[in-house]
Amino acid sequence: MHDLRDLHDVKVPFGPQHPALKEPESFLISLRGEKITSMSVRLGYNHRGIEKACEERTYVQDVYLLERICGICSHSHSTCFVQAVEEIAGLRVPERALYIRSLIGELERIHSHLLWLGVAGHEVGFDTLLMYAWRDREVVMDILVKLTGNRVNYGINTIGGVRRDITADQIQEVLEAVRALEEKTKYYIQVATEEVTFVKRMSGVGVLLPEDAVRLGAVGPTARASGVDRDIRRDDPYAAYARIPFKVPTSTHNDVYGRAVVRLSELMESYQMIRKILKDLPEGPLTVRAPRKVPAGESLSRYEAPRGEDVHYVKSNGTEKPERVKVRAPTLANIQAVSRMLEDRYLADLPIVIAAIDPCFSCTDRLIGVKQEARRKKDTMSWEEVRVSGIRWYRERGIDFSSLNKELERWLG
Amino acid sequence: MSLEDIKAGLEQTFPFLQGAVSVPRPRRIFVDVGPAHTAEVMEHVVLRLGFSSLSAITGLDEGATFGVIYHVNTPQGDVLSLKTHLERTSPAVKTVTGYFPSADIYERELTDLLGIQVKGLAPGHRYPLPDSWPAGEYPLRKGWKAVC
Repeated sequence: MHDLRDLHDVKVPFGPQHPALKEPESFLISLRGEKITSMSVRLGYNHRGIEKACEERTYVQDVYLLERICGICSHSHSTCFVQAVEEIAGLRVPERALYIRSLIGELERIHSHLLWLGVAGHEVGFDTLLMYAWRDREVVMDILVKLTGNRVNYGINTIGGVRRDITADQIQEVLEAVRALEEKTKYYIQVATEEVTFVKRMSGVGVLLPEDAVRLGAVGPTARASGVDRDIRRDDPYAAYARIPFKVPTSTHNDVYGRAVVRLSELMESYQMIRKILKDLPEGPLTVRAPRKVPAGESLSRYEAPRGEDVHYVKSNGTEKPERVKVRAPTLANIQAVSRMLEDRYLADLPIVIAAIDPCFSCTDRLIGVKQEARRKKDTMSWEEVRVSGIRWYRERGIDFSSLNKELERWLG
Repeated sequence: MSLEDIKAGLEQTFPFLQGAVSVPRPRRIFVDVGPAHTAEVMEHVVLRLGFSSLSAITGLDEGATFGVIYHVNTPQGDVLSLKTHLERTSPAVKTVTGYFPSADIYERELTDLLGIQVKGLAPGHRYPLPDSWPAGEYPLRKGWKAVC
């Protein structure tokens, strides 16, 4: 028999590029046998310079820039930002615009949670669920295209209101889509709570106790699945949420299973909220005129993004450009709880535990302009230069794709 | 307790805060405090006033000084922004990880992007800049310009 006392810690790098990770981040895991003894996280690989870039652009340009922090919760970031600017400028946004912001916000939550459901299914080897969830997600993506013109980065917000109205025909289409998605979601809830393999794989995995969730600053469904009853839409209402009754689903499972149940329950809440929004949609203008120059001031805006509390701090200086824009996306709050969730757990649990906070590292990292000391004058490349440079880089290392490309062209006719 | 009550209580407990507390709208309170008193006011708002969660820490280049804002909140939805100002030469703050373990990442961001040192912060990876980032280059300082 092996003497288990001989086991010693092994350090395993996980990322920054790894098949189980959808975006670059790096984890250094200490293992004893198959169990994780400790873990450290290195973030920053998606840092793009957005906060700095905001200071060099006008407020209106920043709406579009900040919307591109993340492809999934783009509306969350743009709404969070325009709310801060509107508060400083003292704008009274029309009611109809506030309702449309909430509508797009809930549609975004639906597409984000369905996307997560598919990813979660994939991470536990349940690819049928991935196919089903992503197929049905297309229903809400089509609705978003019809309402805004885009699947993501909707461009619906502007400072002082929204840029597009919603017609009576579109309202009917949204209601029909919501009806179809609600039926599908009921089925997914049944699958998630009754399918034995799924329940067993999720239960007791990635445990985060309520006191740890609070202490480590977890937010959104990650916190609510540990019994922390907080939701910015209810606790610090914005847009039209003060006028829309809804429940905040929580769970006391404290694990991945709880996170799945909370997100699925939130989907059901979003459907009924959308019905209420469309029923009560007030008539009236879409925007108020916003000044080009925003008076000096500061504001802190919060938004319940699909992954949790999004925070934007904006400081203005009386010009047309902000003095400072600070963004704190929910994943940065949640990633710090992941190490706790994985302590003394099996390595095989790592992908689903990370996926269960629904991480978004583009949101988390935001900005940067690259500055090369040796080449100060020119350090940008065109796409063609990138392509040529890539080919040269491989050729210098003895790898040449030319023959393969020719063969591919021959096959493709 | 309303935010107006909190404002009155803060000004009474800490006389140096007279005129430094504002409530610009419901659920938002801003407190401006000098570096010498930051720790005692922080202790008071976290342990006695219930602002027990940290939303974020913002670093600012204010020209003559650097600003650091701790955005702390209550479960009821109120947010208190505690702002302090640091001398431009060797700016430094004490870590608040004793109250909020999650402050770690926001404090590393202060160091990387603005060059504000955080005393008492446990050793760890830098964030968010790459390991090869040149020393002494702080992108969020106003004088720093991206080349590309």
